[in-house]
Amino acid sequence: MKHLPLPVFSLFVIALPLILSNNYYLMALNIAALNVVIVIGLNLLMGYAGQISLGHAAFFGLGAYLSAILTTTCGFPVWPTIPAAMAITAVVAYLIGIPTLKLEGHYLVMATLGFNVIVYIVMIQLSAVTGGPSGFAGIPRLQIGGFAFDSDLKIYYLFWAVAILVLILSLNLIHSRAGRAMAALSHNEIAARCTGIDTETYKVKIFVISAALASLAGSLYAHYISFISPGSFSIFFSLQAVTMVLVGGMGSVWGSLFGAILLSLLPEVLHSVKEYNVLVYGFILMAVLMFFPRGLFPAGRSFCIAMIRKKT
Amino acid sequence: MPQLVKLFQFTLSGLTTGSTYALIAIGFSIIHNATGIVNFAQGEFVMLGGMFMITFYGYLKLPMAAAFVLSVFAVAIIGLLLEKTALRPSRSQEVLNLVMITVGASIFIKGLSMAVWGKSAMTLAPFSGEDPILILGAAIMPQSIWIFGITLAVVAALSAFFVKTRTGKAMRAVAASRRSAMLAGIPVNRMIALSFFLSGALGAVAGIILTPVTTISYDAGIMLGLKGFSAAILGGYGSMIGAVAGGLLLGVLESLGAGLVSSEYKDVLAFLILLIVLFFKPGGIFGKGASRRV
Repeated sequence: MKHLPLPVFSLFVIALPLILSNNYYLMALNIAALNVVIVIGLNLLMGYAGQISLGHAAFFGLGAYLSAILTTTCGFPVWPTIPAAMAITAVVAYLIGIPTLKLEGHYLVMATLGFNVIVYIVMIQLSAVTGGPSGFAGIPRLQIGGFAFDSDLKIYYLFWAVAILVLILSLNLIHSRAGRAMAALSHNEIAARCTGIDTETYKVKIFVISAALASLAGSLYAHYISFISPGSFSIFFSLQAVTMVLVGGMGSVWGSLFGAILLSLLPEVLHSVKEYNVLVYGFILMAVLMFFPRGLFPAGRSFCIAMIRKKT
Repeated sequence: MPQLVKLFQFTLSGLTTGSTYALIAIGFSIIHNATGIVNFAQGEFVMLGGMFMITFYGYLKLPMAAAFVLSVFAVAIIGLLLEKTALRPSRSQEVLNLVMITVGASIFIKGLSMAVWGKSAMTLAPFSGEDPILILGAAIMPQSIWIFGITLAVVAALSAFFVKTRTGKAMRAVAASRRSAMLAGIPVNRMIALSFFLSGALGAVAGIILTPVTTISYDAGIMLGLKGFSAAILGGYGSMIGAVAGGLLLGVLESLGAGLVSSEYKDVLAFLILLIVLFFKPGGIFGKGASRRV
């Protein structure tokens, strides 16, 4: 029973393109897969280390721009560049993490937000390297040997394989010793420290991991769309990622999967409100926090369990 | 000594924007003292102040004083509504949850403003002409004098309010200890509502006096809010003198940075200052070392 959801979900992912052949939907699902990677990483930080980052768009952007610049401008091969970009982003996150994670709650929110603004402005102003506000085009697409990931369907299987891998690794992580230590840390940092958990190190480590995951998603995004511009990496995207975590429920990995897919596809469903995207996001964020502070996914699950119990 | 005049000029313009940062920072402090949260919608109050003033004064052609009062009142009511409709009814009163609700409110207000006022930047004529006044070789715009004067008046009035009046003292009591204040019979919830009302009004004043200098658009709030927050951190979060000093200091540093180093990276400089202060002296320049009871 415990291991059932994963194979069921994987089968569903494999079968979905058989029903859904429209490229437009596939593209939306591909972006959703990348969001899943970012949101699961961010949830590890928010739900298990109790820290909120409003700067994950910056790490996403670092991954995308590093991949773009290293492959297109410097001519490095694509595949080794992706882990290289992750490593550089991880170092940046480490350097920022050490001082910021000492701060409490909302100070950290502001510090990461400030970091995001800095990265965004640098992307725009450093136009000689980044292409400035008009963006960076001509990023090479992904391929292995002679096999090119040149269709949305091929990308779909690649991205969802990555997303499911990240899901499995995260589930393993939270059920490990480190995961339990982090859970203790998120409930009560002082109590956790008193029981001998090195809270500082755990917080920095998880911050670095979640930044590296965002960077991975950024690299894949850049090689998929082959064009990136600073607009995709503004603080609005950081807010979207946090909203996805909160809608799915902090501390629930499956919830993150749910939140990321739901909110990635929502704008596609609500075509008519595209202009009011911002308005809708703000409203959802407020409403969920007010009425379901634990998230929609855990609330829905306990509701279902209650209904089943009632019947039997 | 043209170099010295230039420095003086930068300092003057820095003090001008710094005054509005100070007002925004005080707004942050008042809400923080009453509730312990950071109100991310503070910047939206500033933007709304400018927008309402443009609507009342620029479009509806009301007399300036009336438009000013109406705009301030309108935004103060929006501040009050934020507390009454979003924060008070929230099921979880945990600080971080409330902070994220204000983040949601900030995006919501931004989206609503885009729907009402459109995407383009709006301008407002300076309150009294555009002929610069020369002081020691540096030019100062009449609007800057308005900004200094109004900021000074607002800070003086607020200080008097917090020291002299019963309500002001009650608000300080709530800030010192919510539980003791409640035990002393102070209507704590009303004081919290009042703090949002005051912060809305302060944000609006900042927006109204700043708009003629910078123009305003629906998405200007986040940046202004961040600047005000940086100012509040710089001076020591929660203190009024700290907020004023932090605001002026940030304004001057930013203006000197823009003038002497590079204007493109002006905003980067403001946040670098914020990050550096957070790293080395999280209590702010005037703050005391933080200690926590377990």
